[in-house]
Amino acid sequence: MSLSLYIDYVILPILAISLLLVFIRLFKGPTIVDRVIALDLLITIGVSIIAAYSISTQQSTFMDVAMILALIAFLSTIAFSFYLEKKDQDD
Amino acid sequence: MTDLIIAILSTVGVIAILIAAIGILRMPDFYLRLSVTVKAATLGSGLLLFSLAIFFPQVSVTTKAAAIGFFLLLTAPVAAHMIGRTAYLIGTTLWKGTIRDDLKGMYDKESHRLSSSNKDVQAKQAAAGEGPDQAG
Repeated sequence: MSLSLYIDYVILPILAISLLLVFIRLFKGPTIVDRVIALDLLITIGVSIIAAYSISTQQSTFMDVAMILALIAFLSTIAFSFYLEKKDQDD
Repeated sequence: MTDLIIAILSTVGVIAILIAAIGILRMPDFYLRLSVTVKAATLGSGLLLFSLAIFFPQVSVTTKAAAIGFFLLLTAPVAAHMIGRTAYLIGTTLWKGTIRDDLKGMYDKESHRLSSSNKDVQAKQAAAGEGPDQAG
């Protein structure tokens, strides 16, 4: 069993299941902060999916996208928390 | 040999990510969800990026993977702390089984600043300080 097959049939499906579970929390989330961390986790899992996909296809082009995604995850979480706190202070 | 190492590393990483996903769905409280999610997801992503760095022989790809892993490791705790602080300040409810809340009453409601000592203690000290002055 080659590495590429193992990643295609084991690693990537488990990552897809994790994405689904996080999506359930993203839609259910009782509060907005739940949704923010669900979004953060989604992007982190996206970075992992890009890593697994790059190993499977032996192409490293997608790594740049992973770098930008990691940046966006951090910035979005910081921006959300900043503005949620501001909104609460104004009320 | 390298393939085996990569398979083991990526399997451990993907199990950590699956645990994070189950945790964010099953935990009863925002704070518990946060504490499960950030650590496990960072570990999983880091292991997958490490296996990626082992897989590719080029230096450029390895450097890029290391940079992404370092960035994730650096920013995940900061983001988690920020969102946890915001959640506490905007009044996200704690789980009903929570035993103690050390931050209760420590934040100033207006300025959102964390005071080093409890408000009740400060009020008592002020009262004790004022008492002798009035008597004298």
